[in-house]
Amino acid sequence: MKKKLTLATLWLDGCSGCHMSLVDVDERLIDVAGIYDIVFSPLVDVKEFPEKVDVTLLEGAISTDEDVEMVKRVRRSTKTLIAFGDCAVTSNVPSMRNHFKVEDVFKRGYLETTPGNTIIPDERIPKLLEKAYPVHHFVHVDVFLQGCPPSADNIFYTLVEIAEGRTPELSKRARFG
Amino acid sequence: MSSTVKIKTLTIDDRQVGAREDQTILEVARENGIKIPTLCYLKGLSPYGGCRMCIVEVAGSNKLLPSCMTAVEEGMVVSTQTEKIKKYRKSLLELYFSERNHVCSVCATNGYCELQSMAQKVEMTHVHFPYMYPHLEVDATHERFVLDHNRCIACTRCVRVCDEIEGAHTLDIKDRGINVRIITDLDQPWGESDTCTQCGKCVHVCPTGALIERGKSVGEMSKRKQLLPYLTKMREAHK
Repeated sequence: MKKKLTLATLWLDGCSGCHMSLVDVDERLIDVAGIYDIVFSPLVDVKEFPEKVDVTLLEGAISTDEDVEMVKRVRRSTKTLIAFGDCAVTSNVPSMRNHFKVEDVFKRGYLETTPGNTIIPDERIPKLLEKAYPVHHFVHVDVFLQGCPPSADNIFYTLVEIAEGRTPELSKRARFG
Repeated sequence: MSSTVKIKTLTIDDRQVGAREDQTILEVARENGIKIPTLCYLKGLSPYGGCRMCIVEVAGSNKLLPSCMTAVEEGMVVSTQTEKIKKYRKSLLELYFSERNHVCSVCATNGYCELQSMAQKVEMTHVHFPYMYPHLEVDATHERFVLDHNRCIACTRCVRVCDEIEGAHTLDIKDRGINVRIITDLDQPWGESDTCTQCGKCVHVCPTGALIERGKSVGEMSKRKQLLPYLTKMREAHK
C-alpha cells in the first residue's frame, strides 16, 4: 500500500464555506481518507500546526497579525500550499473593508450596530491589519483554487491530482465567484 | 458594400484569408472562426480600442496592435495567440482586477460577467499586482438602474450605445487613466439626469456588474446579449 500523505486544513479570515464545500465531497471523503491523513484541521482536535505537512488547504484572507504569523508558520512546514477559495486567492469579501480605516470598521462593528455598547475589545485578541490581503501577498502559493466556495468536485480533483504527483489543471474548471 | 471595394489577402495564424479593404483584423478573424478575446469591442458599436485584450502581432511591426482598430493590408502576417500576446493579455486582465473592487462572489452579474469569464479564458490564476482597493461610489439615484464604479472597467460600451444607438448621450467619461469615471450628463447623479430615456441599453451592453437593474441580487443580473445585434439588424433592414 502506498504511503499516505499528510493533509492540513485551516481557515483564517473566511466564513468556513470552503470547508463546508470540502465536507460536500460526500462519500468521496472515504477516498480522501485513503490517500491522506488529516493531521491538522478545524475538523480534528490538534492544537499545534505540525512540523511537516505534505499538503495544506488554506481558507480565508490574511487579516490580523496572528494570521500573518500563522501563514508564515504554515508555509515553512508545508510542501504544497493551496490557496483554498476566493478569500485566500483574492481577499474577496474580507477586502471590502479595505477602503475604510480600521478604526471606522471597529466603530461600525462594535458601536454603531450594537446599541448601548461602548467598548471596542483590544486585549487578548488578534490585531486587525490595515487591510485584508490574499495569501500570496505574504508567502509563495503553489496552487490557486478559485471559487466562493470552490466546488466539491474541484476540491476532490485537486487533492487527487496532487496525491498522484500531478499539477492540477484548474483554469478550465474553476473561476472566481 | 460598394462595388469598388477592393479585396485583400492576408495570413492570420498561418491561415490564408480574404477580406474587404475596409475591414479590421478582428472582423476578418471572427468571420473565419479565429477567436480573439475582446472586452470593449461590441458588434454594432464603433470600435474603441480601449481594453487591449484583442492585441495581435503583425510581422514587421514591433508593436502589439489592437485588432479591432487595425485595418487589413495586403500580405499582412498576423499572429493572435503567441506566448508574448497571451502573457500581455493575462497581465492586462490582472491590472483590471487590481484597479477596482471586483468581488465576484457578491456581484449581481456573478456567473454572467465577461470580465469573470475572461479571467478563466486567459487562465488567470491570481493577481500578481498589489490590489489598490480604491474607495468608489455607487450611484443608486436612478429609479430603474444602478451604476457601481467598483465594477467598471471603463470599456465605454455604455457611453457608445447611449450615443450611437439610443441617441441620448446621457453617459460620458471624465478624467483619464486610472481616474477615469463614467458620468451622467454634467457629472450629476443619474437620477437627476434630464436626458436619460430609461431605455436600459447601457445596462445590457455592460460586460460586468457596473451597470445593473435596480433590485437585482447576487447572480441575478444576466444581460440580454441579443439586444444590440437585433436592433442593428432591424435598423439595417429598414434603411
